[in-house]
Amino acid sequence: MNNLVEIHSLLVHRAGRPVLEIDHLDIEKGQVLAVAGPNGSGKTTLLMVLARLLKPERGEIQFNSQQWNSIPNLDYRRLIGLVMQDSLLLNRSVFDNVATGLRFRYLPKSVVTCRTNEWLERLGISHLRGRPASQLSGGEARRVALARAFALQPDLLLLDEPFSALDRASRNKLQVDLKTILAGVNITTVFSTHSETDVQKLADRMIELNGGKLDHDLCT
Amino acid sequence: MLFNNPDVWEITLLSIKVSGLATFISLLIGLPFGTLLALNKFPGRSFLLTMVNTGMALPPVVVGLAVAMTLWRSGPLGSLHLIYTPGAIIIAQVIISAPVVTGLTTAALQALDPRLRLQLLGLGASRIQMIFSIWVEARLSLLAALMAGFGSVISEVGASMMVGGNIRHQTRVLTTAIVLETNKGEFANSIALGILLLLITFSINFALTWIQQQGVKR
Repeated sequence: MNNLVEIHSLLVHRAGRPVLEIDHLDIEKGQVLAVAGPNGSGKTTLLMVLARLLKPERGEIQFNSQQWNSIPNLDYRRLIGLVMQDSLLLNRSVFDNVATGLRFRYLPKSVVTCRTNEWLERLGISHLRGRPASQLSGGEARRVALARAFALQPDLLLLDEPFSALDRASRNKLQVDLKTILAGVNITTVFSTHSETDVQKLADRMIELNGGKLDHDLCT
Repeated sequence: MLFNNPDVWEITLLSIKVSGLATFISLLIGLPFGTLLALNKFPGRSFLLTMVNTGMALPPVVVGLAVAMTLWRSGPLGSLHLIYTPGAIIIAQVIISAPVVTGLTTAALQALDPRLRLQLLGLGASRIQMIFSIWVEARLSLLAALMAGFGSVISEVGASMMVGGNIRHQTRVLTTAIVLETNKGEFANSIALGILLLLITFSINFALTWIQQQGVKR
């Protein structure tokens, strides 16, 4: 069994109406899966369900061959890394932001410092380590949010439109860097996007959602 | 001349002690309760919020009346013998400032992007870690809540007079002393005590504002 996630008969309701219905979806270990679709198609909802921040009405999910429900919420969330659509940084320094999740796990200070510095370096933002998050550009903030998630060394990385609201130059540069990083870390990644370029550059596989239902499932 | 009088320093110290303790207790009540109201949806929440917001405008003299009736010898808590003690003033001041701290805490946390909570949980925060993180994130507004809570009690006179009784060496605080001096026609003393009260309020708010603005610079 080489799947990290297996979803069966997933149904998510919002305000009393179904917003996501997936009969079957497997995500292989190490795979980079793009979730495409128009606004309101259920992309973010799928990521929120996978992050266990939204409870489905029904559905059976297996994570690493374990029944999803058998893993306590906090333990499960410490296996994932999440980057939401806006970077949502804390009003602290870049270093403190990247270290946030590591500190939540009570890792030793030396490990926190080492891993934070490593990911600041890999995302090309080590020169910003002391800068307040409020003084970053959109592209810099996105790199900080990505470093914060990668530093956790998650089993499953969830990226909600990681290139949205970036100018073309920042977007292209970040795509290249992210592709290099993803090729090196072997982390199962699910990212939502509107852009075909994102899919072509980063994804091993793409699914398309439409009206909350799985429309296409393609290997890129 | 007035400042050489040991009574003045006794009154000043008691004012700071009583209002400082009342503000601290209000913080212990208001911070968790305000957080509960800001982060959760449950039946009766709107009613509780309305009560808190109403409480923010409670007239001190009405609070004083209610506490006096409760602590009066023949009242329901008369057996505690708290009426005309600093403890009674602290109880009344907590009732005045706790809604202020609660209401402003709720407003401060509701002003944050609600998705920040999800992001923190998505980074592996426990619920307690998430709450501490958003308190730190809202620290400037929470300090403002603390200042408003302290300001509401250090300056009130009605409740302190009614439940404390303005007894020399026991329950006399700066505001009640000002009333007494004014009633005696000793306006110079009243003005001096008023200036002292303003100086204390200024010093404490200056310290809290300094801490608050350090947060802005970061």
